[in-house]
Amino acid sequence: MSNELKVPTMAELFAEGKQPEVLFWVGCAGSFDDRAKKITKAFVKILNKANVSFAVLGTEESCTGDPAKRAGNEFLFQMQAVTNIEVMNAYEVKKVVTACPHCFNTIKNEYPGLGGNYEVVHHTQFLKDLLTEGKITMEGGQYKGKRITFHDPCYLGRANGVYEAPRDLIRKLDAELVEMKNCKKKGLCCGAGGAQMFKEPENGSKDVNVERTEQALDTKPEIIAAGCPFCNTMMTDGVKSKEKEGDVEVLDIAELIANAEDL
Amino acid sequence: MEYLPNIIFLLVLVAGVGFFAKNVKTLSRNIKLGRDVDVSDNKPLRWKNMARIALGQTKMVVRPIPGILHIIVYVGFIIINIEVLEIVIDGLLGTHRIFAPLGAVYDVLIGSFEILAFLVIVSVVIFWIRRNVIRVKRFMNPEMKGWAKKDGNLILYIELVLMVLFLTMNAADFQLQTIDALHYVKAGSFPISQFIAPIFGGMSEASLIVVERSAWWMHITGILLFLNYLYYSKHLHILLAFPNTYYGKVQPKGQLDNLAAVTAEVKMMMDPDADPFAAPAEGAEDAGEPDKFGASDVTDLNWVQLLNSYTCTECGRCTSECPANQTGKLLSPRKIMMDTRDRLHEVGENIDKNKGEFVADGKQLLGDYITPEELWACTSCNACTEACPVSIDPLSIIMDMRRYLVMEQSAAPSDLNNMMGNIENNGAPWPFNQMDRLNWKNES
Repeated sequence: MSNELKVPTMAELFAEGKQPEVLFWVGCAGSFDDRAKKITKAFVKILNKANVSFAVLGTEESCTGDPAKRAGNEFLFQMQAVTNIEVMNAYEVKKVVTACPHCFNTIKNEYPGLGGNYEVVHHTQFLKDLLTEGKITMEGGQYKGKRITFHDPCYLGRANGVYEAPRDLIRKLDAELVEMKNCKKKGLCCGAGGAQMFKEPENGSKDVNVERTEQALDTKPEIIAAGCPFCNTMMTDGVKSKEKEGDVEVLDIAELIANAEDL
Repeated sequence: MEYLPNIIFLLVLVAGVGFFAKNVKTLSRNIKLGRDVDVSDNKPLRWKNMARIALGQTKMVVRPIPGILHIIVYVGFIIINIEVLEIVIDGLLGTHRIFAPLGAVYDVLIGSFEILAFLVIVSVVIFWIRRNVIRVKRFMNPEMKGWAKKDGNLILYIELVLMVLFLTMNAADFQLQTIDALHYVKAGSFPISQFIAPIFGGMSEASLIVVERSAWWMHITGILLFLNYLYYSKHLHILLAFPNTYYGKVQPKGQLDNLAAVTAEVKMMMDPDADPFAAPAEGAEDAGEPDKFGASDVTDLNWVQLLNSYTCTECGRCTSECPANQTGKLLSPRKIMMDTRDRLHEVGENIDKNKGEFVADGKQLLGDYITPEELWACTSCNACTEACPVSIDPLSIIMDMRRYLVMEQSAAPSDLNNMMGNIENNGAPWPFNQMDRLNWKNES
């Protein structure tokens, strides 16, 4: 049923003299990582279905600089930030939505000080709004009654206080939302933040993602829901290390909704 | 000779308060060794944070058992200070229980002090058991060995002794009131110490007065000694929790500051009209040595970070929530704060010894106290800042030290250098071409 995805770029719309309502910031993971690309497509399917006026930057997008900043390279971060802000300001971007909590945090909190002022929302917040406005409807579908636990991404939860939007969406799927021992404000990191995604962990007794996956598996879930491409990778690896990949799926909230709607 | 006790009391009081004032001055001098930082924003929110977090103890009760016990000790500490006021006035004027004319109000006051003192004793004993018998995990980390462990217990012993002295004093007083001793006005209610009083049942009036006076003197000198012990211990939080929660971060936890020195340079690099060889503008401050990026020692940190380090009371909630520490890595956010404080103390003593000038001692915070391995283990998840009951931010220190390692020393782990090289060259942390960023659209 693969309807072709409609993914206009800012440049294309600009050439037509149009301005989309929202910029979808895809992010590096969403653009290049094979697993995360599926999340990107799921989100676009929902945007298309809901007839949302959006565009992406495409080849004009570049890393927000988050991993460089968290690794201590403020120079590289600010170079990236200033370049991205120039592009976004040139297109007069007002609102940004992204499926990556790291991009979300950086553009929302750290770009304003460098001249980039936008309304920034995480895709779970955006989807929640679409639902409230009646632009998408959710009937539960294949997830009705399934045990789903939600892993709070640090950069969405503690970092920015967004805990309820993803949970509201899971409840709307008529799924059984089960909470881990550590959730919301006390959520345990997946181990990827602060540029850890790109390096080997320091010596220790265990990997952080395994610790977190154990907490998730303790809830006996059928699905571990995530809201971040990096958490997704870490939890997927954790589930594999426990040889549970046959029993437990790790899915992004956008994928849950797209699947439920048979998109 | 009639006024000898008054004079001795005055001298003890002046010495106790005087030494404390001197310590406060040193403390404030040390904190001001930090860089300046603008915290003049969001005043209403800052006051609210202080009222909620420090005064209202909201973060303490996240862990209900230590939280409630702590509130008892905290309320006891604040309320019993009213009693200290009476003791000080009595000591100076040579009166006895000067507030006694308050009548029924006085009875209620003394009665509630006694109940609080008793509850404080119970709490302190439970705290001691948690540290030494149950051995709660967060008190057993490597950084809690040696002085840190002794300090923690010593504070509990002092609090216990002070409360026991207070109740002993009241018990003897109660007994003296019962036998109509001269000067001992019938005042106050003694819901707890009336049960101690029978111990003194057979004693003569003279002996009772000795007991009462001894307990009275030891109680007040003990309080003054404790006040002066604060500066040398982890216990400064009883005072600094208030300014610390006021100056604590008001931005979203995920927001790191953008280094202004870097912004200036980046702006210049991006500005096509900028002349990198231009002489500094007329009247511009002499640039001198360029700003150091990040922090390798305490003087590179800002003063709020240094205040944080003095405020830390080593409860270890941060470390127990830290994903790196939970999985056996070397990083402990509490150790970051303790190291910062210990190094700051060392720098302060160096300055005192060398007539107000810091003389290089070949040491610094980075390397001599905090190792790069600890810094690189952080996931920046903010579990530590969320857990801290007094708004301390270990993450900001970790990030400032990473900045020094990377921007001043190019000492990032090689994996991270690869990641940064990729971002620099192709705008993504992996080696993919920026021109391929939209390829996903047409992949099945």
